[in-house]
Amino acid sequence: MSTPDPARTRPPSRLAEQLVRALCLTAVILPVLLLVGLIVDVTGQASERLSWDFITSFPSRHPDEAGILPGIVGSFWLIAMTGTVALPVGVGAAIYLEEYGGRGRLANLIEVNLANLAGVPSIIYGLLGLELFVRALGMGRSLAAGALAMALLVLPIVIMSSREALRTVPRTLREAGMALGATRWQVIRQVVLPMAMPGILTGAILAIARAIGEAAPLIILGAITYVGFLPDGPGSPFTVLPIQIFNWVSRPQPGFVVDAAAGIVVLLVTLLVLSGAAIYLRHRFERLREG
Amino acid sequence: MMLSATTDRPPYRTASPDRDMETTANGIKIRAREVHAWYGDNQVLRDITMDIEAQRVTAIIGPSGCGKSTFIRCLNRMHEMITGARVEGSIELEGQDVYAHEVDPVLLRRRVGMVFQKPNPFPTMSIRDNVLAGLRLTRSERRSQGDAIVETALRQAALWEEVQDKLDARGLSLSGGQQQRLCIARALAVEPEVLLMDEPCSSLDPIATARIEDLLHDLCERYTIVIVTHNMQQAARVSQRTAFLLHGELVELADTNALFTSPADSRTEDYITGKFG
Repeated sequence: MSTPDPARTRPPSRLAEQLVRALCLTAVILPVLLLVGLIVDVTGQASERLSWDFITSFPSRHPDEAGILPGIVGSFWLIAMTGTVALPVGVGAAIYLEEYGGRGRLANLIEVNLANLAGVPSIIYGLLGLELFVRALGMGRSLAAGALAMALLVLPIVIMSSREALRTVPRTLREAGMALGATRWQVIRQVVLPMAMPGILTGAILAIARAIGEAAPLIILGAITYVGFLPDGPGSPFTVLPIQIFNWVSRPQPGFVVDAAAGIVVLLVTLLVLSGAAIYLRHRFERLREG
Repeated sequence: MMLSATTDRPPYRTASPDRDMETTANGIKIRAREVHAWYGDNQVLRDITMDIEAQRVTAIIGPSGCGKSTFIRCLNRMHEMITGARVEGSIELEGQDVYAHEVDPVLLRRRVGMVFQKPNPFPTMSIRDNVLAGLRLTRSERRSQGDAIVETALRQAALWEEVQDKLDARGLSLSGGQQQRLCIARALAVEPEVLLMDEPCSSLDPIATARIEDLLHDLCERYTIVIVTHNMQQAARVSQRTAFLLHGELVELADTNALFTSPADSRTEDYITGKFG
């Protein structure tokens, strides 16, 4: 080969390069701007109502006295119970599929079905929960029924992200553990899971975030919208933040719109705290992993 | 139970009868008979019959894809971990068929340890924890003597001097050669009888390689070592016995000196003189 002519080997059009950069930058800025716009707008509307009082009060017929306490408490109950069910089951299923299950046609079939389930509208899960938990199992319109339906809803997310995470652990490490005379489970628990933890936690964050923002299945399942008490156990009726917000927005009095805005701010802050905590945890595990 | 090599003349080709005499001093640790192995429909080992002597270093050489790694993975039943892999024939460890129904592969692997091609310390663990990993993973009762075990294993792996002040540092913070010695220490801490090494130096520089080769001389006083290598000089340096595998068949097994100076099979000669490989 002859030496290339330097003029011809200069990088391809700098214009194209810059254009792509600009487009990608726009793709970042646009959603951020929208989000900031939403937060500013909502906070502006909510400012007159947002106070400690709002957080610690029960709903009321009078917009300026209504509070969101049952929503907050209900939401925390719900995600705690959802997580307790969905995370062990989801991670367990992922471990089975990745570590014990084979790589055949059945595995592919399960894979496709999981992806499909993750895309099923949440209202369908609500109907399933209503039929199965509320009616067939006689749980009634309780936190437990809501949490179980929510667990079904987020299960595909947890399973898929946990499987991804387990796949990032090199086979050589599993072999190293097995060659030391450890059983599969010993290797999974002490070698594979610690390494897959950041990825599994990311999945957990996504699942919890989804669960806390979801209203549709709970409406079907009969979460109530006007709650004058706090849930006192899994069998208790309940409401959650999004439903409380939904309820306020649909009221005719303009005062409740302000309450809804304040509720949205509370929901956003809760989400932020949760994802913040999860990201912190993930970083801790990543440091552990990378040394 | 130890079986003497003289009781059962192995059917592999040997260079000359007097060479056989030199090797009968040690007992036979592992006796492989008519071993065939497959990955799915692909047969990678054909009719391997081989005796591995106790307290010796046996090197297995051969071109890439000749089945040498597969063979040692059959010895500690790691081969079967791969989907679609299977083995036929018999492999006896001190007279006990390791593929017998009542043998638990997990317990077998505590007797037959393994060091892999690439250093693979556990990333989430410190140097100390890596050495103890075998004991922790298996919940061994010897854990209580942790510090002593760590020191003994690291000394045996010639790593103690370099890491004694930083046992709590990550295993991954070490250099490649140190990591591989850490993996050797990890394998030794379980107190195996046999140590299988699958090209343990292939990702290391010459100095790190030399350190590990020196180590093998000391280790074979206590352990039976089988080392797979694509490096013929390495086989010549570290082993007393060498097996040459080609296309999944055992071409020749002899004393290392004999195999490299006057091979009995023309294919061995062609390989060690570099006519193919």
